[in-house]
Amino acid sequence: MNSHRFGHYAIRTYVVLFIAFMLLPLIVMGGAAFNDTRFPSIYPWFGFTTHWFQELWADGRMWGAARNTVFVAIAVVALSVPIGTAGAILLNSLQARSRSIIYGIMVAPILTPGAVIGISTLLFWYKFNVPAGLHLSVLGQVSYIAAYVMLLVLARLQSFDAGLEEAALDLGASHAQVMRRILLPHLYPAIFAGALIGFFQSAENFNVTLFTRGNSDTLTVYVGSKIRSGITPTINALAFLLIAATVIGVIIYEIRRRRADAAMKLAEE
Amino acid sequence: MSELIRRYGSSLTWIIILFTAFWLLVLVLIPNFVLFEFSFKPYLPVDQLGGPKDFYSLNNYWTFFNSPIHIRIFFQTVLYSSAVTLLCLIMSYPLAYFLAKVVDPKTAPSIFLLLIIPLWVSEILRSFAWFIILAYNGPLNAMLQGIGLEPVRWISGFNAVIIGLIYSYLLFMLLPIYNAISSLDTNQIEASEDLGASLWRTHWRVVIPHSKPGIASGCVMVFMLCAGSVIVPSTLASPSSRWFTEIIQQWMFEGLDWNTGAAYAFLLLTLCIIFVSLVMRLLNVRLVDIAK
Repeated sequence: MNSHRFGHYAIRTYVVLFIAFMLLPLIVMGGAAFNDTRFPSIYPWFGFTTHWFQELWADGRMWGAARNTVFVAIAVVALSVPIGTAGAILLNSLQARSRSIIYGIMVAPILTPGAVIGISTLLFWYKFNVPAGLHLSVLGQVSYIAAYVMLLVLARLQSFDAGLEEAALDLGASHAQVMRRILLPHLYPAIFAGALIGFFQSAENFNVTLFTRGNSDTLTVYVGSKIRSGITPTINALAFLLIAATVIGVIIYEIRRRRADAAMKLAEE
Repeated sequence: MSELIRRYGSSLTWIIILFTAFWLLVLVLIPNFVLFEFSFKPYLPVDQLGGPKDFYSLNNYWTFFNSPIHIRIFFQTVLYSSAVTLLCLIMSYPLAYFLAKVVDPKTAPSIFLLLIIPLWVSEILRSFAWFIILAYNGPLNAMLQGIGLEPVRWISGFNAVIIGLIYSYLLFMLLPIYNAISSLDTNQIEASEDLGASLWRTHWRVVIPHSKPGIASGCVMVFMLCAGSVIVPSTLASPSSRWFTEIIQQWMFEGLDWNTGAAYAFLLLTLCIIFVSLVMRLLNVRLVDIAK
């Protein structure tokens, strides 16, 4: 019994330490955004300042990079979602052997290092005299982000009742209507989740973008070059803003989840 | 195919096939084939392309095999990536089990929400955070000195790289193992305990075999991300700890020798393929299980 007790406390301590390990670095990084020193750190503390936020705000290159990141992410989502969805529908209609081969090719990009995807995309389009640039970053990122969409949609397809399609066809619906009114509505949760994941995967991508971007910047590449040459706490200011946005999103999500739970409980009673 | 046409008509079927073909051929298969082909060609100025010097050879690969430094860096990358993968597994398993089977199912999502905050903050900022923490005059050493210890030069050798890699990719191990353990029927664990199995034995014979697909998935992802990591080594490495991706970058950006770069990238890809097949063989799982 005693050792059970001990194990209980040990695992709880471990969980707390684990969470601290994941979150403390972010607090240190965010906190350093307010320290009045050229080299970002929270120790020693030289006094509170918002100077680094002003400098970040005035940094034209950062704004350009942020705009590029959003454009690339939107383009990636616009391509990955239809491609991944089509891939899942096709895969779902295939039988045993061809299915596992195609499936293997589809998930391979997820297991491929980003640098390899970036270089192979760069070389492939170079053969057709397409110069490097963010358009290639988009294509490189789509190759693996479409696979995430495909996996989500494929999982959702398992719960789809094909009898509904039959019924609609029998009742005189066109094929396009079946797709638009029956299949796609069933897949929307997966498609929406895929779009969201795709957007953030694209926004945080570094490896593929690094090799395909040409001379353009995205936010991650901008931060990367800042870290290599001339670190300033403006990166911390940017990090602080991203962390704050995430934390706000997490809090909103958690409140809504608890409300939904409470509503469920009420409904049960 | 005929089933697709019956269900969605021929025009929609064509669109579906076209999209999938564009993805698999234009974005995945042919670029990788081009990479493979490039790696056997010499690097030549544009006016000599197609000339007498433009033929296939293994020269780019010989560049690698004749360079003891590059070989050493390659194997160090393999070694430290494997070590990080193992450490992530050891760190993740107890927590994954705790979240899946011990904690109240209502609080587990809240804990997860806290844990994945770093995932939303991009990879590059995650390693930058450790750059600040591990700096010689940074907060960690200040804390060590505060409790009477000597400061440590963290950013030397592979120390900082290992810490940064673990921090960056730990969750890619935790999540699949958590998913796998969640699908285990708790009755099986209780049955094993009731029949007198010790804690270790229950895990070794019941929980771990069931979570094999998750473990395989986590190991494959973490190893691939580590071996292919560009950001963490470039932020946290010291001159004595170099990473294979840095050599690839050198060929691509500094040497501007894309052919040798392609050969090195292909070596990295081969390494990852070998690792995936090794894990699949070792844990006896299929690709379908890994990609879940």
